[in-house]
Amino acid sequence: MKAVLSNRLLWPILVLVALLIATRLQAPTFFDIRVVRGNLFGSLINIARNTAPTLLVGLGMTLVIATRGIDLSVGAVAAMAGAAATMFLQGTNEPNRIVNVLLAVGIGLGLALLAGAWNGFLVTVLGIQPIIATLVLMTAGRGLAQLITDEQIITVHSQPYKLIGGGYWLGLPFSIILACAIFVLTALLTRRTALGVLLESVGVNPEASRLAGVRSRSITWTVYIICAIFAGLAGLMITSNATAADPNGTGLFLEIDAILAVVIGGTSLAGGRFSLGGTLVGAFIIQTMTTMILTLGIAPEITLVYKAAIVAVVCLIQSQEARALVRRLVFQRPDKVTSDPPAAVDREDEVVVAAVDATELVSVASDVTGEP
Amino acid sequence: MLTHTSEPTPISESRRPTVELRGITVTFPGVRVLDGVSLRLFPGEVHALLGENGAGKSTLIKVLTGVYRPIAGEISVAGTVVTVRNPAHAQAMGISTVHQEINLATNLSVAENVMLGRERRRFGAIDRKDMHRRTAEVLAQLHLDVDPGSLLGSHSLAVQQLISIARAVQVDAQVLVLDEPTSSLDAREVDELFEVIDRIRASGVAVLFVSHFLDQVYRISDRITVLRNGRLVGEHLTAELPRLQLVSEMLGRSLDVLDELDVSARSSTGPDEARPFLAAAGLGRAAVGPIDLELRSGEIVGVAGLLGSGRTEVARMLYGADRAQHGTVVVDGQEMRVRSPHVALRAGIAFASENRRSEGLIGDLSVRANIVLAMQSERGWARAIPRRQQAEIADRYIKALDIRPANPEAIVRNLSGGNQQKVLLARWLLTAPKLLILDEPTRGIDVGAKAEIQRLITSLAEEGMSVLFISAELEEVVRLSHRIVVMRDRHKVAEVVNHDTTVNDLISIIAGDAVATAGEGGAA
Repeated sequence: MKAVLSNRLLWPILVLVALLIATRLQAPTFFDIRVVRGNLFGSLINIARNTAPTLLVGLGMTLVIATRGIDLSVGAVAAMAGAAATMFLQGTNEPNRIVNVLLAVGIGLGLALLAGAWNGFLVTVLGIQPIIATLVLMTAGRGLAQLITDEQIITVHSQPYKLIGGGYWLGLPFSIILACAIFVLTALLTRRTALGVLLESVGVNPEASRLAGVRSRSITWTVYIICAIFAGLAGLMITSNATAADPNGTGLFLEIDAILAVVIGGTSLAGGRFSLGGTLVGAFIIQTMTTMILTLGIAPEITLVYKAAIVAVVCLIQSQEARALVRRLVFQRPDKVTSDPPAAVDREDEVVVAAVDATELVSVASDVTGEP
Repeated sequence: MLTHTSEPTPISESRRPTVELRGITVTFPGVRVLDGVSLRLFPGEVHALLGENGAGKSTLIKVLTGVYRPIAGEISVAGTVVTVRNPAHAQAMGISTVHQEINLATNLSVAENVMLGRERRRFGAIDRKDMHRRTAEVLAQLHLDVDPGSLLGSHSLAVQQLISIARAVQVDAQVLVLDEPTSSLDAREVDELFEVIDRIRASGVAVLFVSHFLDQVYRISDRITVLRNGRLVGEHLTAELPRLQLVSEMLGRSLDVLDELDVSARSSTGPDEARPFLAAAGLGRAAVGPIDLELRSGEIVGVAGLLGSGRTEVARMLYGADRAQHGTVVVDGQEMRVRSPHVALRAGIAFASENRRSEGLIGDLSVRANIVLAMQSERGWARAIPRRQQAEIADRYIKALDIRPANPEAIVRNLSGGNQQKVLLARWLLTAPKLLILDEPTRGIDVGAKAEIQRLITSLAEEGMSVLFISAELEEVVRLSHRIVVMRDRHKVAEVVNHDTTVNDLISIIAGDAVATAGEGGAA
């Protein structure tokens, strides 16, 4: 029981459940799932489908943030990749041929890889602060996407391409299956190899890591490339689902959603220990909020305020200090004399969690409240 | 509360202490860190707090400064019992602390650092003139010749330390806590610091001085309190406490350990006369060098010199932490460029930095992760060391080096200095280096752990490892090294084969006694 209570994923999961239930109370059909020709349909399925791009980008962002970095260019990279892939498909005579679709995907992801290599170059070789370095591509990337599409919105009609973001497989949206598969891959990549712990080590103390022989430069560079490739794949999903690439609209504010998902999931923006599981839950919370706003018909002019309020609440709930404050205010207990420094309490939690969940779907980050 | 078999009796005093802690008990989950400890700080006195690592010194300071709350015991300030709510509250009551690691902003000016958070405002804006004037006053009181407008980062660590003391006393401090203030200072700087402490003491402030350097404790303190394993061992007037008694109180045992070390140190085997494991010729960069150096298997080469003499810079170049701009390095008979620590590591070179926290440990990770880090990065990320093997490795080193707590999953940030040093040693020993470069491996750790580490170094050399040993403590250098390289002004000024070299010999070389250098022989 203690292990459950001390698990950092507990609160984000509770928030997610609360959001779902609240929406259900307002919209009675919210939980309904229909089966049409073997495929599942319904609000929950839509949430899952639409979470896929945020989750993908969030995973890459988690790794980047673990190294003390940040990648603001993911939205623009998504737009570039989507634009390049759809332009290629539009230009071929046979957009339905599998080979052409695979080529289009390859072109999109290849472009994303270059974008990630560029970001990594600026950050690791030139030593530019990540927020500035990726701001370059955040701005320039949209311009490149416009160049690719000649400032047009490109529509694409290709059945195989449609599968990526809008299709079904085994009755479920293909995009969420793909995103979950990549989640598992990323988890294996970071926790079955030493990549995860080396990332954390670089994030906690870059200089000490370097002196311990960690090749922090190549590791950091790799992480920016991974992040960009995931962003590119998200761009393919978005354009596939919308059957169109809009250089200005594809992946707009995607970086914000991804960073929020990471933070809600409990990974500290200060770098170091990260939680992929937290990001998974975080991405679902973000998408559920968006869907909830649409379902409840909240006036568009206040949707952003509404979203911000929920994010603030999630962050507050996760903060030990805030929880302690509420407890004091609500129960009016006198300031109990404790000898345990807060850090000691945290430590104990971590040990318990680590023992229970060795695969490390755990979040141990703190300071969530300090962030947006 | 546990009852003690032998309750130390306090020295009777007619004066009232500025601050008194009585029967302080602090527990962390599962551990009693302090058990009924008392401490009295009198005005105009320097009170030294001594004890081995883990004795509870830091915890006691944290109780005094309001970081921890005791579960038993009371604190009185000027005779009134108080609850210290937090560090800011402690400060408001006149208890100022200067921590071991300087916690100032190097990119702000001296005045801004001294006044940070206490700026006087004029028309809503910070009154810079007033800030500079008041800073200049404080600096003048302490006889520090520093321009208040200069950037803090432009001064040496020693000066920064003095400025952080100026900051601490600026707020009408009644009690000044100095936690290991001399650990990164050289002899001259220590003198300067002690002059400042003298002036502060003369103004009636109670100073609590924590240090591992017994010489300094005897030089500066009036009163000594000794802790061991979270208990109070005794309070003494410094003048009445023989050094031997002090050390045995700290260790809780007789001085066998130290005696034994004197016998066993400086391994008898001596260096392998064959070709050196590492030979550097004309190695240098920027203002350092060029330096020639040969390191042989089984040999401990000591590096002596003042702070800033280039001791650390040479080590960093050999390890590739800083790239050498000229010169050649031959490792194991092969010329190579040590471009990065990773390259050095693969060539069998290990380097434990003097800055444990900023350049050694990964604070948020476990003891286990910290120990396997270098080996893991040598293998590359793709070949993870299996979890079970990591645990075995960690357990082995925890046992071998007696790391406490003996928990591989403990977060390394929470360990005491000596234990952190052992974790770092474990990290490097695990890579089975052929050359181990140790920069101040015994700094800031207690006598017992120091002896252990010195003995470890000796036995490693006996087993055939080449050790480059850098230390500011000349006694230690003389005791351990087969050969001693002396650095001055970022150049190697002498190399002495250590037969019967004395500390005084080294001092005269360091001091630049040109004749003595030539006479010492063996200058490369």
